[in-house]
This record gives sequence, C-alpha cells and structure tokens, in this order.
Amino acid sequence: MTASDLLLTVSGLCVSYEGIEALHGVSFEVAKGEIVTLIGANGAGKSSILRAVSGLVPYAGAVVYTGKDLKNLPADRIVAAGIAHVPEGRGIFGNLTVGENLKLAAWQRRDKSAVARDLDRVFDLFPRLRERTKQLGGMLSGGEQQMLAVGRALMSDAELLLLDEPSMGLSPVLVREIFKIISEINREGKTVLLVEQNAHLALQIARRAYVLETGRIVLSGTGRELAGNPRIREAYLGG
Amino acid sequence: MNRTGTAYATWRDGWRRFTARKYFWPAVLACGLAFSIAADRYDFVDLYVQLIVIYVGINIILTVSLNLINGYMGEFSVGHAGFMAVGAYTASLITVHVLPQSVAAVGFPVAVLAGGLAAALIGFLVAIPSFKTRGDYLAIVTLAFGMIVKSILENIDAVGGPRGLLGMEKLTTLPWVFFWTALSVWVIRNLVYSNYGRGVLSVREDEIAADLMSVNTRQVKIIAFVVSSFFAGIAGGLFAHALQFINPRMFDIIKSTDVLIMVYLGGIASLAGSIIGAVIYTLLLEILRPLGIWRMVFMPLLLVVLMIYRPRGIMGLRETKLFEPLGDLVTERLWRKTKKEASDAAP
Repeated sequence: MTASDLLLTVSGLCVSYEGIEALHGVSFEVAKGEIVTLIGANGAGKSSILRAVSGLVPYAGAVVYTGKDLKNLPADRIVAAGIAHVPEGRGIFGNLTVGENLKLAAWQRRDKSAVARDLDRVFDLFPRLRERTKQLGGMLSGGEQQMLAVGRALMSDAELLLLDEPSMGLSPVLVREIFKIISEINREGKTVLLVEQNAHLALQIARRAYVLETGRIVLSGTGRELAGNPRIREAYLGG
Repeated sequence: MNRTGTAYATWRDGWRRFTARKYFWPAVLACGLAFSIAADRYDFVDLYVQLIVIYVGINIILTVSLNLINGYMGEFSVGHAGFMAVGAYTASLITVHVLPQSVAAVGFPVAVLAGGLAAALIGFLVAIPSFKTRGDYLAIVTLAFGMIVKSILENIDAVGGPRGLLGMEKLTTLPWVFFWTALSVWVIRNLVYSNYGRGVLSVREDEIAADLMSVNTRQVKIIAFVVSSFFAGIAGGLFAHALQFINPRMFDIIKSTDVLIMVYLGGIASLAGSIIGAVIYTLLLEILRPLGIWRMVFMPLLLVVLMIYRPRGIMGLRETKLFEPLGDLVTERLWRKTKKEASDAAP
C-alpha cells in the first residue's frame, strides 16, 4: 500500500458523549478499492467511528480523506467530497417515495445526465426499486429498505461508502444477497468501510479488518488472517 | 345501478383528462382573474361577500406559507402573525406617508411587495439563530418574536402606538387578492416540488439522514423560512388595506393560532389542504357570527373532534393530482428507456 493509494486516514480519533469517552485514540486507514471492515461487540464504538468520519459528532484527532482534512466540515460537504454514509437503521425517508429518496441523495449534484445514469445503475443492481419507484419508503420491507439505503449511497457519486450494519434485521438469505451486492459494488470501483456484527460474513468479503474492543483497536490484519485467528474465532465467530 | 356507475366513470375520466391538460391551470387562472376584475368593476357581488372572499384569500396565503414550515419542513413556528404585522405596517406606512395620494393606487403592489420583503428580511434575521442548533428552538424563538413585534409596535408613537395606524385607502381589491393568492400558491407549489423542496421534506423526515444525503439542511431551512415570512408579509399588507385600520393587538398570538388551526385543519404538507382549511375556517367563523362569543367555544371543539377523527387534518400529507407535477423527469425518462428496450428486444 503506497501513500498515494490511501483514501482515508484516521489517526488518534477520540469521541466523547457527554463527557464519557467512547473512542480512545483509534487509528486506521483505508486504501482505494479495498473493503475494510470494523468488527466488534455492541458498544465497542464502531458506529461512533463512522459518525465522526461523516461529521455527525465532534471529535479529537484527525480524519483525512484524499489529502483533505475533514475536521470542521459540515456533514453535507463531506458527502459532496466523496464519502457516503449508510447509517445504522438506514435512515429511509418513510413518507417520501423511493424515487424521491434516491433523488435526494443527488441533492448537491448538478450533472443531470450522470445522475440519470447512476439512477439507471441503481435500478439495474436493485430491480425491486425500479418496480417500486412511486411507493413510499416506509412501505418497503426491511430488505428493500436496505437496498434503497445502499442505492442512495450510490446516487451520491461517492468513492467511499461507509456501511453501518447492513445485515441488521434481515433474514440470512437477504444478508447474503446484500453482501454479494457490496462485493459487486466494490469490484466496480467503490471503496467500502464496513461496520458489522456479523463478523463471519464481513471477514469473508473484507480485504482487511480491524477489531474494536471498548473504544480501542485491539487487532488488525487481513480478513483471512483474522478469520483464522483463534481468539477471533472464539469471541466473534462462535468457536 | 350499473348505468349510473358507468356514467360516473365516464364523467370522472373526462374530468381527469381535462385537469391533466396543460391549459387547465392557465384557464382556471384566467377565469378567476377575469371574474374578480368584473366583480370589482361592476359591483354585482355583494360588498360583504367580497370582503369575505378577500379574507379567504388572505388566509389562504397565510396558511399555505405557514404550511411550508410546519407541514412540509416539520418545524413548529408560532410567529406568523408577527411577520404579518411587519408586512402590514410597512405597506401601510408606504401608502399613507411615502406615496402621494394620487399614486397610492398605482403604488399599492409596490407597497405590498415592500411589506413582503421587509417581513422576509426579518424572517431571515429570526431564522439565523433559530436554526443554528437542532430541536424545538424555533417554537420558542417565534413565540418570543411575536411578543417583541407587538410590544415594539405598541411603543412607537410614529405608527400610532397601541391605538394603531389608519388612513389607508381601501386598495385591497378582489383582483389583487386573487393575484397574490395565486402567486403564493404557485411559488410554494414550485418550491415544494423542486430539488430544494425535497430537501425541505427530508428535514422533516430525518434531519441526520438528510445531512448524510448531502442536503445543506441549514440553508434549506433558512430559505424556506424566508419564503414563508415573505408571504406572511404580503398577507399583512393586503389585510391592512382591506380593513383600512391596523393595531398591534390584531397581530397577537391569537392570530398566529388562527393560522395554525387552518394549517392543521386542512392538513399538513398539503396545498389543497391549506386551501380547504383556510376556506372552511374563514367561512365557519362568518357563519357562526350570530353565536357571538360562543363561536370561541364551538371552534376549539371542532378542532378537538377533528384531531380525534382525523389527526392529520383533512388532507394531511396528501395532495390532489392537480398540484402534482405532470411528469417527473428522471423517473419518466427511465420508464421510457425501459419501454424502448422492451420494444427493441421484442422483434
């Protein structure tokens, strides 16, 4: 990994909620074209990392994206800079149609023909969304909502996707489907930072992984290495 | 039985096709304008009825503009009467003191516009601190704003203090009310269905998700609030020149509450609802006038019943097809493309 390949560098990241520190100096990096996963138990601070990167919570430390310091940038500018965040719980606009949800993700984009092309691409990836363009987001099933959430991230034309628990609340078949699509999106050139509790699947598709415990990174390595690590097997993969 | 059903279906389809035509709205607007000019000039409509229609128009402007904030954006503003007061006083001062008597009638639209702009400017100043943080600050800030406006006006002798301001000619005529009402509905309708409008809706739905969709939520909120204040100011200017007399008490919290009632009666986030709400409420107040003070018992009761049986108002979160855009560019293009692909693949 050379310096020019680095997309995202996080160093010494500390996040506090009402005086209680949740992240104690987390450092990691994501290179162009990778799938990197952050695994860890509930409350380890995985989501806080993503929230800090996309400017939703104040933090100490540095977040640098393609050489640009993201600190003090408002969330909407960070998206425009190229980082799309699919939040935990998906953040679907329930009273808006699927089409409106998708168009909102392109809110700052002025290149209309490229937006139309991306919309086409999203509908190719998720044909269900095309069928349901005029339906309200709140009427979709959990799996369809997750597809819509990922589709929205693609509509923002970001290079880096932050996915927070895309498997949450989905049936095993749908989880596999979503992970297949994440790999496919990655093959087409998007870089993915994936936060997951389903460590088994996450380690399968990730090139590299970081293990988080109570606000610290305790282990890192390639997905394969960690999947074979006895400590990880015991703690996260069920023996 | 079957025949009447068919007749109804034919009539309904015909109506739908008629309303979907490109010339439907221009035709409605032209007829409305022509009728309002004729009624104004030839006096074939009772003056009392004319005044009620003028109030209905003013209330539609107030309701549609407040709905932008409380319905479409999901914030809670209670200071609409304050902005109305700014518009009313600005416009009145211009027609009474600035413009010479002879050109007052010609300058009236300019005065009303100035009232709207003044209200928009004040709205901008209110919006900046209110939207700095997330949450329910807007309700508190606008509540305070309404009180501040009232006390300031009561303490400036140049505008009559608590006695109020008079000397305005009756310049608010049916054509002008029609024009401003149509303009406000048109502008807010176009705003709501624009890219900005989607941003406004996303703020209501989930502000954090809106941020993550690259919506500049602060900018969107400020713009919506300024537009809303502008039209409240316009309504104020029209109101002052319909009544020919204003005083600070007319623009207190009761007036703001009236507008809130019309918004929630008609339904949040709905243009058709705003119009229905404003019409029903204004007419009911007039019809119930013989009841005297009991009116104020009946109206809240009506509201309670409404909230129990239709908590979202008459048209809450729904819109008639009339106001919706005929075609949505992006999705429309996609449908056409898939249709074309299908027909290409067929032979």
